[in-house]
Order: sequence, then C-alpha cells, then structure tokens
Amino acid sequence: MQLTGAQALIKSLEAQGVEVMFGLPGGAILPVYDPIIDSSIRHILVRHEQGAGHAAEGYAQVTGRPGVAMVTSGPGATNIVTALCNAYMDSTPLVVITGQVATKAIGTDAFQECDTTGITMSTTKHNWLVSKAEDIPRVISEAFYVATTGRPGPVLVDLPKDVSSSMMEWYWPEKVDLPGYRPATEGDPALIREAARLVSEASRPVIYAGGGVLKARATAELAELVEMTGIPVTTTLMARGCFPDDHPRCLGMPGMHGTYAAVTAIQRSDLLIAIGSRFDDRVTGKVSAFAPNAKVIHIDIDPAELGKVRRAEAPIAGDCKVVLSQLISALGEILPRASEPREPEAPSSRLGPWHSEIDEWRARYPLTYDREPPDGALKPQYVVECIRSTVPDDTILVAGVGQHQMWASQYWRFNKPYTWVNSGGLGTMGFAVPAAIGAKVAKPEAMVWAIDGDGCFQMTAQELITAASEGIPVKIAILNNAYLGMVRQWQEMFYAERYSEVYLSPDLPDYVLWAEAMGCTGFRVETSEEVPSVIEKANQIDDRPVVIDFRTDVFEKVYPMVPAGASNDDIIVDPAHGEGGA
Amino acid sequence: MMTTNAHTAARHHLLSVLVENKAGVLSRVTNLFSRRGFNIFSLAVAPTNDERFSRITICVDVESAPLEQVIKQLDKLVNIVEIDELDPADAIEAELMLVTLMADPESRSQVIQLVDVFDGRIVDVSPTSLTVMLAGMPPDLDHFEELVAPYGIAGLQRTGREALRKLGRSQDRLQVITGTTATS
Ligand SMILES: Cc1ncc(C[n+]2csc(CCOP(=O)(O)OP(=O)(O)O)c2C)c(N)n1
Ligand SMILES: [Mg+2]
Repeated sequence: MQLTGAQALIKSLEAQGVEVMFGLPGGAILPVYDPIIDSSIRHILVRHEQGAGHAAEGYAQVTGRPGVAMVTSGPGATNIVTALCNAYMDSTPLVVITGQVATKAIGTDAFQECDTTGITMSTTKHNWLVSKAEDIPRVISEAFYVATTGRPGPVLVDLPKDVSSSMMEWYWPEKVDLPGYRPATEGDPALIREAARLVSEASRPVIYAGGGVLKARATAELAELVEMTGIPVTTTLMARGCFPDDHPRCLGMPGMHGTYAAVTAIQRSDLLIAIGSRFDDRVTGKVSAFAPNAKVIHIDIDPAELGKVRRAEAPIAGDCKVVLSQLISALGEILPRASEPREPEAPSSRLGPWHSEIDEWRARYPLTYDREPPDGALKPQYVVECIRSTVPDDTILVAGVGQHQMWASQYWRFNKPYTWVNSGGLGTMGFAVPAAIGAKVAKPEAMVWAIDGDGCFQMTAQELITAASEGIPVKIAILNNAYLGMVRQWQEMFYAERYSEVYLSPDLPDYVLWAEAMGCTGFRVETSEEVPSVIEKANQIDDRPVVIDFRTDVFEKVYPMVPAGASNDDIIVDPAHGEGGA
Repeated sequence: MMTTNAHTAARHHLLSVLVENKAGVLSRVTNLFSRRGFNIFSLAVAPTNDERFSRITICVDVESAPLEQVIKQLDKLVNIVEIDELDPADAIEAELMLVTLMADPESRSQVIQLVDVFDGRIVDVSPTSLTVMLAGMPPDLDHFEELVAPYGIAGLQRTGREALRKLGRSQDRLQVITGTTATS
C-alpha cells in the first residue's frame, strides 16, 4: 500500500493506540494535518504550543500512556521546548512531532527553520530527524518505545516537509532494534538480599517514595511492603497519592515545604528506603546533613541516579514494581515469623517506639494555619481544604508553581494514585491550565480541579479557550494573592522585606471578565463565608470550564520551610506553633 | 623511547565508546559532557571495521566528575552501544601528530636527528621547513613537541588519544558497561 509520509505518520500513531493529540499547525507540518481529518485520532487545537506540550503531560501523568503533541517548525518547535524540558525533569512520557523545512533547505536559514533536534537534545530522552518517508513507521515505533520504557521521558521526531510529502510503501516494524538501549528491569538478587537484611535490622526505617513509584505503577507493591513491615512512608511532591494520606503510616511530603514529621523522620532515620526518588535538592537540603545516620537502600530504574547525590549501601537498578516484589519475597523469607506474627502495627512490634516517636512529632507540629485570622482574611489553605471536602477521592488535582502549589500538595488529602498533576523538577509557571485540560481529556469521568496562582494563570490562561471550544469542563481555582507570592516570600524572609518586581495587582486583569470572555463561567470570592457555596456551584457546572478568583491573604507564607541550602534540621515551622524548630 | 607519564596521567581515564553511526551522535556525546559539567582532555572518532558503528575514544578528566557518573550518563544515550573503561595502566594508547617545523639549512640536520630519535617520518620538505608525522604514546608526543619548539612550529595537529585494552592482562580493572542488569 503506497502512502505519503504524512499518511504513514498518522497510521503509525494509530498503530500505537494514540487516541488524542494536542497541536497547532503551520507550514512545515501542513502535509500531516491533511490526513488527520480522516483519522480516528482526536486532535485538540491549542492556542499556544506550550499548552499542547503541557496538555500532553497532563494526559500522560494521569494515564501512564504517552502524551502526543504536534507542532510546526521554527517558532512552533521552540514554543514547546519548555514542556519538553518539564517532561524530561519529571520523567513524563511524551512523543512530540515537529514539522521541519524540506531536507534540501536544512542549514540554509530557510523560513521558519530552526535546529530543533539540536535545541532539544538535552531536553529529550532521544530525538530523531527523519530523512526518508520509509523510515517513518520505524522511527515512530522506536519513539514510543523509548518514551515509555526504562525511565520514561519525552522524545521528539522532527519531520521535514518533503519527507512527509513523499511516497512510501506501508509496513509496520515487528520489533524495535536499538542496540544501545537496554533498560534494566529486575534487581540484582544479591543486592535485594542485602536490602532485605537492612530492612530486617533497622529500628528507625523510613520509605522515601518518589515519582518512580507511580511511573512503575508500583503502588500496590508499596502498600504491601508497608503492611508487611510497618515502615512509615513519605511521598515526595512527584509522588503524592502513591500511598494514601489517610493511612496511619503516611507522613506526607518531605523536603523544603514538607511536613515536620516527614522531614524529621528522615533526618532521624537509621534506614532510608528511596524508591523511585532521586535525592533532589528540594528534598535533601544540604546534602551532607541529610539523614546523617541512615543507611540507604536506593531503588531506581535509572542506574545514573544511584550514587549521583548520595551513596547507597544497597543501590538497586531496576523497575520499582519488579524490585519491590523481589524485596517483598526476600523479606518474607527472613522476617522473624514467631516474634512478629505479621502484626507490624502492634505497639509491641519492633518499630513500636519509632511509631510513637513519629506520632509525637505529628501531634506537636501538624500542618497548620490561622483558621480565625483577626483581620478575617481568606486563607488559601482553607480554600484547598474546602474544595477537597466537597469532591470524591478520584478527583484529579492539578497545580501551577508557587505558594499555591505547596498549599495544594500539603492540604489536599490524596488517597488515590494518579490524582495529582504538577510540575516538580522544572517548576514551570503556567503548567496548571493546559495540564488540567490534558488530564480531563484523558479522564473525562473524573472531576478535574486546578489550584493556580494569579501569576501562573496569566502565563497560559488562553488555553481555557481551547477548553471551552472543545467542551473540556475543567475547574480552575486561582489563589489570587496579587503577588508572585513565592518570590515575595523569599524576599520577605531572605532579602529583608525588600520587595522587588513581585506585585501583580488583585484586579488587573479582572479574572471573572476574562473567564467569561474565554467562554467559561467566572466567580469571585472575597470572604471565607462565600467559599463553600461557590465551590458547590462550580462542582455543579459540567458544560463549560469554571474559573474562581479567590482573593486570598496577601501575607500568607508557606510553612514549614527549610531555607534553600540549609540542613533539614533547621526546619522553620509555622509561627502559630510558637517557638519552633527541631 | 621515553615512556614517562604526562602530568595528566593521574587525572585522566580513557573511555572507549562504541556508538551507532547515526547523524548527530558525536554532538550528543559532547552535549552531554558540557551539560553535566564533565571535562574532556581529548576525543578521537573514527568508523570501526563494522560500518554500523564508530568508536569514540574519550580522555576524561576524572577530577571534574566521578567516572561512574560519566559512564552511567553516557550509557543513557540511546545511540551508545558499549562503553569500555580503560585504566591507563591497562591500555595501549597511541596518538598521531603532524607537525610542520621551521628547518633552514643550518638547523635542518638537528631537527632530522630528533625526528629519528622519536621514530618520526618526514613526509614533506621545503627549503625552509619540514613536515613530520609522528605516532606514539601521548607523553612521547608531548616531549617531542617540547624539544622541537625552539626551532619554530609552523603548524601542528594531534589526533587525540586512541586506545585499546592490553591483551592477556587481568580483566579486573576493565569494566564493560552494557547497561543491563536485567533479563533482557
Ligand atoms: C516560567 C517561570 N518563571 C518564573 C518562575 C519563578 N517563580 C517561582 S514561583 C513564582 C511566583 C508564582 O506566582 P503565582 O502564580 O501568583 O503563585 P503564588 O506563589 O503567588 O501562589 C515565580 C515567579 C517560575 N517558576 N517559572
Ligand atoms: Mg500569586
């Protein structure tokens, strides 16, 4: 069967099971936009290519399937670089197709030419410049394979216009042949035994679960390990939801804005079990002072993460799901059955003293804020709690980047995996609106709320036009503090309250009018009393996006906080606790 | 022949990297080094006897980053097939130098003597200069370069280190990274 390169591309995407793609056409990708008309794939027309990238990320984060985006050459390609870098940092599988100028014009500074594969070399797991139409099915199957296996990540396929226009004989490759690409899966049995021994001997163990647990779909194995051993769990910003917040052994988020109990348990641990986490500086603070007395078991599919930041006593390269099952069976053989008859939760169990020590920290320093502020200000944390209290557990929460993101992560109770979508490694303002759209497209049956900042909202709000016109009813709660709040907080705490270029204004723009102009329903909430009823109204609206402008307390800060580069022992708790700190 | 180690000996390690012959593969490697802050002393690339692959010999500054990190990050590049880590003590190293030396009738015989001592070959001659081709251990080339510098160097090009592992030695310092700890 003779096809054009463009037809072969679409057919290849269909062969990969692609149902939805996000994109925006232009000259160099024009040939591919023609066969889309006849394809089963739903194409969602975004208003900016960055939005296509983040929407594809939202889609991928809630499904585990690769998000697909397609844009034109030059500015289309450069506009999606932020999303590629974001996906690279957060190990999100994406397949991005970019148009390119015709092969003969490459290198001539042709109209809308840019060195897309060069620019994206360090923000993709791999990229391809396709030189012949007959390579298209092979490259697409390689692209999906690389994006989704091993440590997932974004890939990019650059497709010159003459290649998509020329003819080829259709085929579908039986298998992928990449001699240099062999992701690890199973853990080394000797190291697994060593890890099991460390677990059986530890008296102050903590699990430091990262995004890799979700990527590997290993939440059931993690839960089993905890049931078996009673080891407390911390879930990083990328891992929120991989273990239920309501579980008694869940300590919440570690790191710069983590809970006191999570941060301190890690600091005082004698065994740190890092699963799909990478000792990010926002978690460790000062590395030399991080968990100083802990031995480390580090499980990660990317061997380069092992020993990159912290040396591990048991560095295990492998898929978290596979390695956790290996560890569970190794533990089953050595855990003392008689003395500990599968009742790790009993107060008399070996970890009993550790559990009660942690419980004291939890009771003493819970997450807290002033619930009855004297000035009656609307507290952002209250908004998050209030939304959470009205929605089911499978509601997907998306966040932007800043203070509101931290409050979202802290105050939402995550009880289901894949219900939290955020930009962790890159910290990309503007992520929330398009990512929420992608998440809702992937899971139309689930309610999708986004907690966004006023600053973030202004970066990508126009994608709500996409949402309104495509019938994607997401709900956006803007925690409008009139500031680039997170930066303001740092200026307040570390630059002697010298505020520099952080003021935005509460009512310029008018978010309600803006929302209405984009085909959404807009609400404004100025007092705590109005919060529940407006949220209830928003929950009822299912035929269009909703935007709520919550006028929140300008002065509120995120606590606890470990200042950048400081030791986790120097955690600052909310002043409401009185004299705080470890 | 002189075989003293150059001052770089303690700091450098050699990686013999087999890569797929795909467009852009060299820039992927160099991009990775600059992005991660790894330093390179030299880099030599050429096709192998199998046309699908090329071999890149990289002389890495192991003070800029732990060698293990360098190898593991390199191994993540999809087009890299195999990485052989060679301790200088277990490797045969060689490098080629082409150098044009100023050599007027007065100094010419001295220059030719030096070329002879180093087993070099004169490949071009003009009334005032000579072009010499010299292959050998990198420290010998360094030494030669020092000795002929006073006569005047008009042009010089070195290839960077090439290396293969020594035969019949214990393998314990050689590590073939294949990227797999897995079943398949
Ligand atoms: C694209 C981008 N530019 C700049 C920053 C730096 N930055 C981090 S948080 C923040 C403030 C975000 O303001 P807003 O969206 O209002 O959230 P708030 O902190 O007020 O909740 C800024 C500017 C960033 N993370 N991303
Ligand atoms: Mg703000």
